[in-house]
Amino acid sequence: MSAANTRQQGAGRPGTGSHGDGAPGKGVLGKGTPGGGPHGPGGEGVPPAKHLSSDHTVPGGPSARAERLSAFAQQHGALVALALTLLIASLSFESFAHPGNLENIAVSSAFLAIVALGMTFVIVSGGIDLSVGSVFALGGVLAAWGSRHGPLVALLLALGVCGAIGLVNGLLIARARLAPFIVTLAAMLGARGLLLNITDEGNDTFLVAKDSLFADLGRGKLLGIGVPVWIMLALFLLGGLLLRRTRFGQNVYAVGGNEDAASLMGTSVSRTKVSVYVISGLLAGLAGALNAAYLASGVTILGQGMELEAISAVVIGGTLLTGGLGFVSGSLVGVLLLKVIQNVINQIGSLDSAYQQVVSGAFLVVVVVVQTWLGRRRKARLTSSG
Amino acid sequence: MAEVALRRGSLDRPALYAWLQAYGVYVGVAALLLFNIVFTDHFLSTENFRTQAVQVAPILIVALGMALAIGSEGIDLSVGSVMALSTSLVALYLGYGPWIALLAAVLGGVAVGMVNGSLIALVGVQPIVATLALMVGGRGLALVLVPQLEDVRDPGMRALGSEDLLGVPYPVVIALVLVLLVAFTVRRTTFGRQLLAIGDSRPAARLAGLPVRRVLLCVYVASGVLAAVAGFLATARLQASDPTSLGTLMELSAITAVVVGGTPLSGGRVRIGGTVAGAVLIQLLTATLIKHDLPPSWTQIAQAVVIVLAVYAARERGKR
Repeated sequence: MSAANTRQQGAGRPGTGSHGDGAPGKGVLGKGTPGGGPHGPGGEGVPPAKHLSSDHTVPGGPSARAERLSAFAQQHGALVALALTLLIASLSFESFAHPGNLENIAVSSAFLAIVALGMTFVIVSGGIDLSVGSVFALGGVLAAWGSRHGPLVALLLALGVCGAIGLVNGLLIARARLAPFIVTLAAMLGARGLLLNITDEGNDTFLVAKDSLFADLGRGKLLGIGVPVWIMLALFLLGGLLLRRTRFGQNVYAVGGNEDAASLMGTSVSRTKVSVYVISGLLAGLAGALNAAYLASGVTILGQGMELEAISAVVIGGTLLTGGLGFVSGSLVGVLLLKVIQNVINQIGSLDSAYQQVVSGAFLVVVVVVQTWLGRRRKARLTSSG
Repeated sequence: MAEVALRRGSLDRPALYAWLQAYGVYVGVAALLLFNIVFTDHFLSTENFRTQAVQVAPILIVALGMALAIGSEGIDLSVGSVMALSTSLVALYLGYGPWIALLAAVLGGVAVGMVNGSLIALVGVQPIVATLALMVGGRGLALVLVPQLEDVRDPGMRALGSEDLLGVPYPVVIALVLVLLVAFTVRRTTFGRQLLAIGDSRPAARLAGLPVRRVLLCVYVASGVLAAVAGFLATARLQASDPTSLGTLMELSAITAVVVGGTPLSGGRVRIGGTVAGAVLIQLLTATLIKHDLPPSWTQIAQAVVIVLAVYAARERGKR
């Protein structure tokens, strides 16, 4: 069980919430508690005025409430921000809360959200996947090309090739022990090259037949809501269960928290790592395929900068970039927050995509700075109390 | 070290990998040269060498900054966007003369480097993430300043892009001067020794009282400035400001040049000679594929393979 897990479930128990060093596994957690015992329950009695300044200096007496607050901000800050943004946006723009506009946001979020889901697994495991944008575009083009042979071929082709790219990434990272960012950077280049190769340097465009079953995957509606949204929700449910309720999920947290400890505990580190990159590749390919069905064609220039959006969403959602800590629902909130902000920028109208790039870059900087600061506060507290 | 491997009779893998990491790039350059001399028409001409040298100059200049970042156990993914920002600033300020335009471009590089460096050194953000944010944000900013391709008309800039100094094209001269400058900084100055110590072990450097934050800040500012100069030279050569496509995937070329050149990603060592050879290798690879009528997408795939092979060769050494 991860520290994040413990903290969320034990929100009412400050004692268990204070040792969030991301160390996974029951044995490790059990040993890590001595600092939490004495000051944890007493946290309620500490006057709030001392919280901010005395954290590092008073041994054994740091405030559990401030601790809980920063942990809450890190985990649920995005949700609060999303609620506020939705409120302000619907008050400011009459057209914002219109069902059609909300449906637009939901569908355009679905593709990025599926990519971000895979990225969550990778980042929780302590890695990073920079290839998702290229893989997304490649999946779209392959699916569009395959759709002339039926929806099954379209999906299998996209999932097969993109899963294989994930497998190569995973093997190079886990077995050959190469740095994740350099391997996936090379994959980003290689996948884009492959994509340009099959589309005759971007000159060929593969169209999806408008009335095919495959097009329904992108265009169809169920209960008034787009099929991609349903697929996305189903995948997040599955992903959440996989990460939080299965042995595999525990292994992902363990590997991200402390690889050596995980290895000593008998976790198959390399199998876990290979799996997360395969998941990421599969999901990016699937998202690309759904996007191609939605747009009715495989667009070669898609997905540039998508790795940044996905990483931003995951980080905004409270997942630590250092690994071992995070949850998938946060990533969904992060994606929604990004897409709502983009929608607002579009509503303002005068801002073009260049501004959107500036805004999303700046947004990531702010979130990462806040997250690093919150993380450091907790770490300082840990060292002073432990 | 290869001699050691041979003398023992059996293959001494770590030694072989170490040798490959350090000198493989020269073997690669020699092999590509030989291949081209034999199989490529019109390869052995002054005109061709001139073209190749001018094209390698921007990659090399950017790779020098990247070598510093990697030597400090960091990375700078924003270099391509800094080139784009630089070309936008040149287009905006060329009206005041080329020197003002160069100054504006360099200041843009300083600004991006300061943001990168502050995030990494002061806040403690991982270099990949900090510079990824500016990779996207920086190009956005460049496009906000100059939305599309603009012609750059200035006699001074044209001369810089197309004329020679004693028979050597200006971009090449500038690149070589910068190579010497960076090599001197790394080898002979306190800053260089501090940089390598920090790349070797950050905690040890901190315990030894080195100014870790200041050095890291300087590293990213240097990388930003070098990328800005590369952007300025590229603008001069193209005689156009093209923020949409200038410098795209340059971060990859630069990282490849540095890593192929034998600088380990784990920091603590910088190989300038290897970086020069690495940049030449990438340019030769691109030129070879183009001259044999393979589409540009093959260049991307080949580069991806080369970078993985280079990191793979470096791996054995890191593990020992």
